[in-house]
Amino acid sequence: MMTSQQKLETILSRYEGVAADLIPVLQDVQDEFNYLPKDELKIVAGRLQVSLTRVYSVATFFKMFSLEPRGKHLIRVCLGTACHLRGGQHLVETVGRRLNVEPGHATEDLQFSLETVGCLGSCAQAPLMMIDAKYFGRMAVDKVPKILKPYKQ
Amino acid sequence: MPKFESMNHLEEYRGRLLSSRNPQEPQVLVCGGPGCLPVGSEEVAAAFQAELKQRGLNGKVVLKESGCQGLCAKAVKVMFRPQEIAYQQVTAEDVPEIVEETLVKGKIIDKFCYQDPDDGSVKAYKSKVPFYQGQRLIVLGKMDLIDPTSLDDYLAAGGYQALQKVFDGMSPEAVIDAVERSGLRGRGGGGFPTGRKWRLCRQAPGDIKYLICNGDEGDPGAFMDRAVMEGDPHAVLEGMIIGAYAIGAIQGYIYVRHEYPLAVKRLALAIDQARDAGLLGADLLGSGFSFDVKISKGAGAFVCGEETALIASMEGDIGEPHPRPPYPAVAGLWGKPTVINNVETWANIPAIMSHGPEWYAAIGTENSKGTKVFSLVGAVNHTGLVEVPMGTTLRQMVYDLGGGIRGGGEFKAVQTGGPSGGCIPKQFLDLPVDYDSLQSVGSIMGSGGMIVMDETSCMVDVARYFLSFLHDESCGKCTPCREGTKHLLEILTEITNGNGTEEHIPLMEELCDAMAAASLCGLGQSAVNPVLSTLKYFREEYEAHIREKKCPALVCRPLLKYTVDPETCTGCLACVRECPADAIHGEAAEPHLIDQELCVKCGMCHAVCKFDAVKVES
Amino acid sequence: MKNDSVSLTIDGKPVQAPAGTTLLLAAKDNGIDIPTLCYHPELKPEGHCRLCVVEIGAAPSTRLVNSCTYPVEPGLVVQTASAKVLASRRMVLELLMAQAPAAEIIKQMAADLGVIETRFTKGDPAARCILCGQCVRTCREVAGVSAISMAFRTPKKRVATPFKEESEACIGCGSCVFICPTGTIAYTEKDGIRTVWGRKFELQPCAKCGNYIGPKAQLEHWAKLTGDPVESFYTCKDCR
Repeated sequence: MMTSQQKLETILSRYEGVAADLIPVLQDVQDEFNYLPKDELKIVAGRLQVSLTRVYSVATFFKMFSLEPRGKHLIRVCLGTACHLRGGQHLVETVGRRLNVEPGHATEDLQFSLETVGCLGSCAQAPLMMIDAKYFGRMAVDKVPKILKPYKQ
Repeated sequence: MPKFESMNHLEEYRGRLLSSRNPQEPQVLVCGGPGCLPVGSEEVAAAFQAELKQRGLNGKVVLKESGCQGLCAKAVKVMFRPQEIAYQQVTAEDVPEIVEETLVKGKIIDKFCYQDPDDGSVKAYKSKVPFYQGQRLIVLGKMDLIDPTSLDDYLAAGGYQALQKVFDGMSPEAVIDAVERSGLRGRGGGGFPTGRKWRLCRQAPGDIKYLICNGDEGDPGAFMDRAVMEGDPHAVLEGMIIGAYAIGAIQGYIYVRHEYPLAVKRLALAIDQARDAGLLGADLLGSGFSFDVKISKGAGAFVCGEETALIASMEGDIGEPHPRPPYPAVAGLWGKPTVINNVETWANIPAIMSHGPEWYAAIGTENSKGTKVFSLVGAVNHTGLVEVPMGTTLRQMVYDLGGGIRGGGEFKAVQTGGPSGGCIPKQFLDLPVDYDSLQSVGSIMGSGGMIVMDETSCMVDVARYFLSFLHDESCGKCTPCREGTKHLLEILTEITNGNGTEEHIPLMEELCDAMAAASLCGLGQSAVNPVLSTLKYFREEYEAHIREKKCPALVCRPLLKYTVDPETCTGCLACVRECPADAIHGEAAEPHLIDQELCVKCGMCHAVCKFDAVKVES
Repeated sequence: MKNDSVSLTIDGKPVQAPAGTTLLLAAKDNGIDIPTLCYHPELKPEGHCRLCVVEIGAAPSTRLVNSCTYPVEPGLVVQTASAKVLASRRMVLELLMAQAPAAEIIKQMAADLGVIETRFTKGDPAARCILCGQCVRTCREVAGVSAISMAFRTPKKRVATPFKEESEACIGCGSCVFICPTGTIAYTEKDGIRTVWGRKFELQPCAKCGNYIGPKAQLEHWAKLTGDPVESFYTCKDCR
């Protein structure tokens, strides 16, 4: 079982240690820790020789990054044009209500995080959502409870 | 796969590969594209694998997962070769029957074939299906032919022959010349002549040059690039190698948005395969030319589709665009001359070099040569991915390819160019689709999203939707876009809430003029298009919202009234359960009643009612 | 005429400008003052505010570009105050008036162009920040410590310290306070303590006259840069 420090070292060892590595490093850190913890970001700044302000700017500019711990399962509801026209808004409201979570946040028990996405690229099967790496196409509001159930344990 | 030391070596291998393959061998290609993947294509493929194995056929029938077969509305699609039988709407449960009847007995099962809506005739063969007849598949040409994870398949289909032709006696200048003569224009949306961009970069002083493939496809409603990156990744690489040779770059990058993990995976595999085969790396095919490619992942910013913002994020900074000049072709990544082209642009290069620029220039219109891939989605029957010659009309796309408006509805508008584009009304249905024509009616080509709308779409809501997207994605650097998108969104929201005033429209128009003129980059400049085009062609809808507080399309919830029709209501309690405001009263098996005082107009009752008992009016 | 001199036309007047200079500076050299907000001669121009836009090209293919970065080009035709330019400038100021209602300089610049009121909904009545980025660039390029930066994107974009906590990199020099065109950044000094960006800095008095020189942190930063002992900075300018 690796410590946080060891996990971070493993990540940093894959890179040259220059400014251009910042976004890939942050992506790896988020994959490992499921969010971007402040202490780890401070170490990253030092090792890539960039200011902490740069790291903070990048971490807050790009939508994929979360400075708050995310849930175990990531639910992404697509709000692309085709999905919007086919009830994407209702879909995200339903999921949010059932799990008692606002888009952009995690449930209290950290089981789920809910996000909206500009487009997932499967527009012909609108409305669409993803849970982790799995796609759910041609969604309807009444399909939500059944789909969420296996992820709830 | 050997490492090819020379072009002869590659040619010999290809020869042996082709002779070892029987063109008559039965193949089953299950579509694994963006339209079929979310609705069970993996299960269908697994079912075929199990069934073939069980019957001892897995040595005789080749099973592959292919790229996007185009007609996503009829997912999951399965292609049988060599006959080119195109099955649709296949589920895992259907597989045993299909294997028995079609593979073993050679019989067509009508229910899996396209059926003509007028005369009911069954079209089993791809060439007879209207959806495919209007298309010209160049970029999408190998989608239902190869396994995108197999370099052998790509080679057997003629892959890397264009590269061989280039290395076999074409100078870099000759390559640029050919691309210029082809008339290819950037397919990402800008439409800048590709050959001219390459020439500018080649001429720019400096020894170190870079190549970037822009795979940041951020337009909602567009998945062309995703399909190409996942379905034919080597075509992108081959195009990039040829481009690198032409401009003199030794390092290339493919910038893929992180929302496309499968595309990243497929490209990474293709890069590894190419390196192992000596098609990337040092001294490619003994040509003396070296080039390698790395993948760079986006991090969730639509604005990074803009060249200078993309470069900034690759350099480890926030994705804020920079004023131009300098242009990336002269000073781009790390200040070096850089060519950035879209995925589809790169994917066209091998075909142009193989068949020659005159062949390409013979397709399309005067100023828009070749074909364009579109994601035809929204209110048409045949949603999916299409590739048509430039100049195909909107009518042909919506009705011939798209099969007309779903549910027998009425065409209202087609939205092209994503959030930077405009809505085109029915009086322009005979408009040929090319760069100039789309611009002439207030829209743009964009990356290829083509969203068809019917009378259930409210054009004010559509404008508000796009501004909401743009406001969220705007980087915030420059005043006109940052503050402009904010206020346009605010005003549009007021209008859809029933709080619009007469002054709002001229104020928006004036603000749009300034945004279009003074914004730093294309995002802000073209953010005005959704507003201006809908104001131009659908002004009466805006006026209805403002003057009568009505939404004619029944979309803008604050302007709607939901009631339960006691005649139709079955008392199933579905709406009672879903209502977030506990505004619906009713017992089981008794007609329900919506308390208008408590109703928050969320529309959930209407969405869940299976009996059409919830009535909406404005 | 020297080889590195470029001929162009500004507001109908043929002018010569050194190659590599910007339209903004070329105009200034010829007596034409283009209004700016995010531009500062000591900082790298980035084109944030869009106030300095000018119209270039020949009708009908003209376009607006920000003059603070656009380089002079031979034969370029530039209009610094055309109708299109003025309409855009007025709109930029009208938008800024809504964004930063308490920024006096914006109201003045707007009034100079005939804009008295903004038709857009105003933000926080006490807001002054126009996100011109001068503070961020100054901290990065002049102070050299990059203690503040632009965080988030449009809906929440703001100048902030990392994690909105006290910035460890800050040396309390106050350059950002000084450079801000709208007086947004607050700092207070009391009893030998300077507070800026939420962090308290102990001020170092001059060893000779007792007047405060600056924050200890700033002097320590200078000492690190020069390699001199920090005590060598404990004498104020007047007493040297």
